[in-house]
Amino acid sequence: MPFKIIASQCTGCSACEPLCPNVAISEKGGTFTIDPKKCTECVGYFDEPQCVAVCPVDDTCVVDTSWPRRQAQA
Amino acid sequence: MNAVAGRGRRAGVAEYIGEIAEHKGCRTSPGGAKTNCGSQAGQADLPKTIWEKVKNHPCYSEEAHHHYARMHVAVAPACNVQCNYCNRKYDCANESRPGVVSEKLTPEQAVRKVLAVATSIPQLTVVGIAGPGDPLANPEKTFKTFELVARAAPDIKLCLSTNGLALPDHVDSIARAKIDHVTITINTVDPEIGAKIYPWIFFNHKRYTGIEAARILIDRQLQGLQMLTERGILCKVNSVMIPEINDQHLVEINSTVKARGAFLHNIMPLISAPEHGTVFGLNGQRGPTAQELKALQDGCEGETKVMRHCRQCRADAVGLLGEDRSAEFTTERIMAMDVNYDAEMRRAYQAKVEDERAAKVAARREELAELAGQKSEITLLVAVATKGSGLINEHFGHAKEFQVYELSTSGAKFVGHRRADVYCQGGYGEEDRLSTIIGAIKDCHAAFVAKIGDCPKRNLIEAGIDPVDQYAHEFIEKSAIAWFRCYLDKLKSGEILHVKRDDPAIRQKALTSAA
Repeated sequence: MPFKIIASQCTGCSACEPLCPNVAISEKGGTFTIDPKKCTECVGYFDEPQCVAVCPVDDTCVVDTSWPRRQAQA
Repeated sequence: MNAVAGRGRRAGVAEYIGEIAEHKGCRTSPGGAKTNCGSQAGQADLPKTIWEKVKNHPCYSEEAHHHYARMHVAVAPACNVQCNYCNRKYDCANESRPGVVSEKLTPEQAVRKVLAVATSIPQLTVVGIAGPGDPLANPEKTFKTFELVARAAPDIKLCLSTNGLALPDHVDSIARAKIDHVTITINTVDPEIGAKIYPWIFFNHKRYTGIEAARILIDRQLQGLQMLTERGILCKVNSVMIPEINDQHLVEINSTVKARGAFLHNIMPLISAPEHGTVFGLNGQRGPTAQELKALQDGCEGETKVMRHCRQCRADAVGLLGEDRSAEFTTERIMAMDVNYDAEMRRAYQAKVEDERAAKVAARREELAELAGQKSEITLLVAVATKGSGLINEHFGHAKEFQVYELSTSGAKFVGHRRADVYCQGGYGEEDRLSTIIGAIKDCHAAFVAKIGDCPKRNLIEAGIDPVDQYAHEFIEKSAIAWFRCYLDKLKSGEILHVKRDDPAIRQKALTSAA
């Protein structure tokens, strides 16, 4: 499952954007969004999802349960 | 009040430059080697090269902050450290504290803003990047902005303020960009204390928490500080004073950073209110009182120089330190402005400012000579309403802050400022405003103002504060010393009695934050 950003909690700080190894994060109307088709949950790149690790607001980058889990696909 | 213990004696008549250095707050202590605040010796303890760098920098020189303006450009929104006194979600135009901005800028917008401000405010000498996140967590935007500003306005000094985590990686870029002032926020040098201030850091693609996070952060901060000072870049260390967490520890921080070459130590009070939504705001962690802050600053004066004039400004602040004119320079407005950068006009304006500074120093010197024969152990505080330029030039009712000077037979020393603004207090009437102001300066014996109405005058007198309007539009220090001389005379004649004053709380809300 990819991650998603809860727009109402996003501060628009942009910290996550350059860290994404898949270039899946972009700005949209002042906050940031994750392209679910590109997100790999950082599997194969880093030990922990970078957007989750750097986000200053808890529970803002969360698993998008409407998509299948990444590891399960592999 | 224990401030004057250990202060140096006046070392004869210093020359003009030395006089300013003295006021700036540097001296050699009676013991010899240590430099510190409240200088009475002047030039001798401040190398000429450093003096040249700081003399027009409002954040690095207390003396300069009466005359020169700074601006922060908010190009760096991302951060790599989470602090318990910060909440990035909160923004209110009437809120003044680091980490807060109304809008972020691209490097190109930032340069346009710099030129617009430099044209409207010719005493602007410094452009800094201080967030709203951490400049070095946004290195591309930060260094791009510096490059563009240096090209467009080469007479403006560049500086940045960082948490230090990424600092060692960027020291060369900082040197290359000709940034000669860097501020590092170091709140502790003990990882166990650090764990109470920083919930986590993001470092090398990983989130670290607790003591491990604090240890990494402290190591990187001190390493970065040393690397910068070895390259001759002037470093100021900011520390947030958090009662019961790091207050006892700040003397150790002070000597640790001095050993690594820090030039100035800025101890600031914690700003924490529940409405800020910070961890400390929500868990009831209190900030220090004005006297606690002053006692700590006085206690640290033996080591690195201590700065007391910081207004803990927003990451998009514009203007003199005691004012915030950022609302005049929104992106929308600067894009519509006719920006014509005129270096010659700025030079001419600043030359006038220098004349004013010289006149101020000369006036103080004359007045001090009058005080020469006086002997007294008394030190007391006075509050001053000023719009800048070192003059008593603000109406009591219009003052957004009061500057506080400590008076003794050694002269007048700037020791802080108190907020008197009423933003974010919607609905409060005149009475409340008055009691708020009186509460903020209740440790002062007098309030120097350009003008004051009869009603507030009565209230001040009732509160034991002498409302002084006879020095309207005159120099602050000269007037304060003259008033102090009269005060001592009246004491001697038995006309008045010297009484100790209360300890005011530091106000937490609104425009020019803190102390």
